[in-house]
Amino acid sequence: MSVVFGQADQLLDWSWVERNIGQIVDRTWEHLTLTGISVALGLVISVLLAIVVLRWRWSYPPITGAAGLLYTIPSLALFALLVPFTGLSQTTAVIALTSYTLFILIRNIVAGIDGVPAYVKEAADGMGYTPRSRFWRIEVPLALPAIVAGVRIATVTTVGLVTVTAVIGLGGYGFFILRGLNTFFWTQLIVGVLLSVVLATILDLAFVALQAWLSPWSKRRAA
Amino acid sequence: MNVLEQLIDFIMDPSTWTGPASFWTRLFEHLWVSVAATLIGIVLVFPLALYLGHTKRGSQAATAVVNVGRAVPSFGILAVAFLILVEFGAGVGTPWAVLVALIALAAPPVFTNTIAGIQSVDPATVEAARGMGLTGSQVLARIELPMAMPLVMEGIRIAFVQVIATATLGALVAWGGLGRYIIDGFAVRDNGQILFGALAVGLLAIAAEVGFSLIQRAVTPRGLRVAR
Repeated sequence: MSVVFGQADQLLDWSWVERNIGQIVDRTWEHLTLTGISVALGLVISVLLAIVVLRWRWSYPPITGAAGLLYTIPSLALFALLVPFTGLSQTTAVIALTSYTLFILIRNIVAGIDGVPAYVKEAADGMGYTPRSRFWRIEVPLALPAIVAGVRIATVTTVGLVTVTAVIGLGGYGFFILRGLNTFFWTQLIVGVLLSVVLATILDLAFVALQAWLSPWSKRRAA
Repeated sequence: MNVLEQLIDFIMDPSTWTGPASFWTRLFEHLWVSVAATLIGIVLVFPLALYLGHTKRGSQAATAVVNVGRAVPSFGILAVAFLILVEFGAGVGTPWAVLVALIALAAPPVFTNTIAGIQSVDPATVEAARGMGLTGSQVLARIELPMAMPLVMEGIRIAFVQVIATATLGALVAWGGLGRYIIDGFAVRDNGQILFGALAVGLLAIAAEVGFSLIQRAVTPRGLRVAR
């Protein structure tokens, strides 16, 4: 930006940042909680739905179809659809944000479990695992890379979508984007966009680290 | 008065359907900016994607684009585009900021899917084509591009649906489109209008998704159809 305009001091007014550090912290917390609650809730629902799908295969097209339909609805429209019923509240935001994670998560979980090689399952059977313990102790751990990949995508996407909740009075960093937009104030806008990107990147990297810790074998194989 | 009655009231109101701010005007604004942004986005990135895919140099660029594209909020892109255009005196009430932001959104899926499509062509097929004496550009035009078409179209579909969805936010930067109903409805606390806008935008996005899937299927040669 500063290259474009050659007036970096006007674009980023550090004294504004210093004066508003308290609010930045508050909005960080809001952004994190909205993201965290939505992805966690989405993961629980997706695991349950994935178990249904793995049990009754015919349910895969209708379940992913419905989740895909939800995913297609623009975020602003979904918030607007809910506001007459749940108001300008955190509930509205969480319902909408959670519903966007389902499509991503269900597909990754099912693909991950499906990707476990048949010979591995046979070996587990041969070692005397019951179907239930085979599922939790063999299939789920081997599917972890795919599942974590899904959680990463869902998390990064949700961090971006949280900014839109500014229109219903929340927004996390989106609050700064909307304010900057309405007052033509570059500093607020840049702070809002940059912090949102930084938060998404940090969470993404955190999940990469988590995955390396949870499934050390996948790293060894890749190397 | 409950929400549904308010919605019906808004639908029955003649001013919803006629005049300079009618539903048809809003729908037209929404559609033309979305179609234009998608087409411009395709034109801008397609040649580079073809080149990178053909020379097998695109994987890292594609991954980078995917990661960055996902991390930058589309609302942020729109807001930045708006303020930049305001600096140049062309922001308020014009569609240009929305167009610029939507182009930035349309480009990444087309870029990555084109590269992925071309690189997914079996190397043996490419080698056979070369063995038959096809030059590099002939291989690209007659072998790689046709075989990459399903993934390219998929990328265009993802881009278009995302653009339709995000054009809704145009109302936040003082422009039109169907998002106006939602933003105006919030401003005057008119639940009927909010719901009307939400349904219009939601249905349009779903129609775009379903409609494009049908087109995609129609233009994909039978031999290249991906089993779903």
